[in-house]
Amino acid sequence: MSAQITPSRTLDCRGLLCPMPIIKISNAIRELEVGQVLEMLATDPGSRADMLAWEKHTGHEILDTKEDDGLLRFYVRKTR
Amino acid sequence: MAEEKKRRRLALVASQGSLDMAYPPLILASTAVSMGWEVGIFFTFYGLDIINKRKLPTLKVSAVGNPAMPPPFPSVPVQVPTIIGTLPGATALATSFMKGWMSKANMPTIQELIEVTLDGDGKLFACTTTMGVMGVEEEDLIEGVSCLGAAAFLDFASEADVSLFV
Repeated sequence: MSAQITPSRTLDCRGLLCPMPIIKISNAIRELEVGQVLEMLATDPGSRADMLAWEKHTGHEILDTKEDDGLLRFYVRKTR
Repeated sequence: MAEEKKRRRLALVASQGSLDMAYPPLILASTAVSMGWEVGIFFTFYGLDIINKRKLPTLKVSAVGNPAMPPPFPSVPVQVPTIIGTLPGATALATSFMKGWMSKANMPTIQELIEVTLDGDGKLFACTTTMGVMGVEEEDLIEGVSCLGAAAFLDFASEADVSLFV
């Protein structure tokens, strides 16, 4: 599945530690339409596991996670 | 795919009133509401200070008998001995160091975490017994707090998936 993901918005959580990325993404996802994709940037290594837990409990879908020299990019689709 | 099951519930007891111990329950609560959970925090004993209008802005942390407190200057790996922590001004200094670490790490303040929790429909419960014992009135408490006792909180916690004591 190498389809290009086009985010509708980017949320910058670089430099923020738990719980801030999770708090911010749960607020940001509310502003999207169902089906839209949010790109979140993070530097907190803990956010990988936090985002998986958030995905599990909210039902939104992480389409892809990229890591590049400490910078994490999550692509999250709003499902409901 | 979200499963259609009962919403998760987190029940927390916040019994400590120092700045360092105000963070754990509030970080857990604000994270849980961000994950769509129901949350209730029972503020009892010194934890009542966290939701007390006058005390909330002045929560402190002491270096006395606090061997887990990190050295104030990371470059100088010397922990504050308890005896130094008893000197006048030492608590204020320890508190300002902690606030500095938090702000440098872009951590939210306790007030901000309370707001996130309330915005996420989290419930703040003030222990009525603590209020009676320490002479705290309902008007001394911040907005959004309900007052109840142990039995009512235990009833809330009986339906919780996760119950934690801080």
